[in-house]
Amino acid sequence: MNKLKIGVLTLQGGFDKHIESLVKLGADVVKVREAVTLESIDGLIIPGGESTTIIRLLKNFNIYDSLRQKIIEGLPVFGTCAGMILLSGGITSHEDQETLKLMNYKVSRNDYGRQIDSFDAELSIKGLDGSPVPAVFIRAPRITEISETVEILSEFEGSPVMVREKNMLAASFHPELTDDIRVHSLFLSMVSS
Amino acid sequence: MSEKLWSQRQSAQWKKNVGLAEMLKGGVIMDVVNAEQARIAEEAGAAAVMALERVPADIRQDGGVARMSDPKMIKEIQEAVSIPVMAKVRIGHIVEAKILQSMEVDFIDESEVLTPADDQYHIYKHDYSVPFVCGCRNLGEALRRIGEGATMIRTKGEAGTGDIIEAVRHMRTLKEGIRKIQNMPNAELMTEAKDLGAPFELLQEIKETGKLPVPNFSAGGVATPADAALMMELGAESVFVGSGIFKSDNPRRRAKAIVEAVTYYDDYKKLAEISEDLGAPMTGINCDDLADNEKFAGRGW
Repeated sequence: MNKLKIGVLTLQGGFDKHIESLVKLGADVVKVREAVTLESIDGLIIPGGESTTIIRLLKNFNIYDSLRQKIIEGLPVFGTCAGMILLSGGITSHEDQETLKLMNYKVSRNDYGRQIDSFDAELSIKGLDGSPVPAVFIRAPRITEISETVEILSEFEGSPVMVREKNMLAASFHPELTDDIRVHSLFLSMVSS
Repeated sequence: MSEKLWSQRQSAQWKKNVGLAEMLKGGVIMDVVNAEQARIAEEAGAAAVMALERVPADIRQDGGVARMSDPKMIKEIQEAVSIPVMAKVRIGHIVEAKILQSMEVDFIDESEVLTPADDQYHIYKHDYSVPFVCGCRNLGEALRRIGEGATMIRTKGEAGTGDIIEAVRHMRTLKEGIRKIQNMPNAELMTEAKDLGAPFELLQEIKETGKLPVPNFSAGGVATPADAALMMELGAESVFVGSGIFKSDNPRRRAKAIVEAVTYYDDYKKLAEISEDLGAPMTGINCDDLADNEKFAGRGW
């Protein structure tokens, strides 16, 4: 099999750790800061960071429309934390803030609290066997509305924390901040299938 | 090395706090003195704001003792924006830190910009659940702060001057210190630790990884998009901008431009466009005109 070429959106945020996880899995990693780079990748990760910052940069540098179009056409994408916010259909806590409006769920930002309330958890994730997956939640969003078209892969305290819809995967936590690379490998298998 | 690195042996709390610092990479943290400025910063794309009563340029001008800000002002800023809110405490001021922790600020800056409360000891930051950022001028200072529990480091520069020379000096000195360790045989590490006044185990980790165990940002003197890009080029992972935004002619436009310059720091065509028509930057003070006792960067032990 040819090496998968995975883009990581590097406008702002926790991109370094995603790059490390992908390199461990043997992927060919491409930093994405321009719309044109989207043409040459097999899949894309939208990292955590500040969703308000990332959405502005997507708009100001004319990446927003091409990114949205590529994902609608089938580019596999994985959004973590701010990435989950960007993929969402809307933000219930900040209704004026724009998103990519691609997945059929809505989120409330920083719903678990400020940094002092950030926490670790162990999750069981559909499709990943073996021991529970360690997950770090940092000022995390919470899914507050979800359509039946979205498959819930993992829940924590009654809220979905990892979901999939067609070619799109989203998590409210940070798999890249642990040494466990199973969530990234799940995304890579989505890309290669 | 079969035994685990220093950073791998730290608490889950510490790792989670480094995690927030990771999320702030490739971004700009802006000093703001009220809710209105905080909103302008957020709208411009700031990754976080630093709530403080006076920007460093005013602290410099006013003189006197600079202390933790009024909690009411910090609270108003926390309510005004959805991005992380940081605030400063005086070096060694344990109670100011406990107060800010009780207010759930997202990051505490134990900062040389305020007047130090303790002339010997910094705060033992491992005791807190809220994360800390500290300034440094060189590798030894960075590693002492990390040893005490800081989960983000920023090179100090010279705050409130709008002169980038000290920020450049501190970043180059830090990077040079790291390169030296990387090329050092194991036998020399202990003496180097003694000379730097830094924890030996952290030197071992740097020899293996070639980088600090926490994100490394830049502060003190950024006034233009090109300054911000310069610090990124020299190895900063994000940029703090203090007086440079709200002491300029057009804070909105300048703030947005500096955010964009950090993301596209090595795309010079874009930087040219970003830098266009921003109005006058802050006037600034040439660092060479400051007497040693007027410099903030020397504060910290």
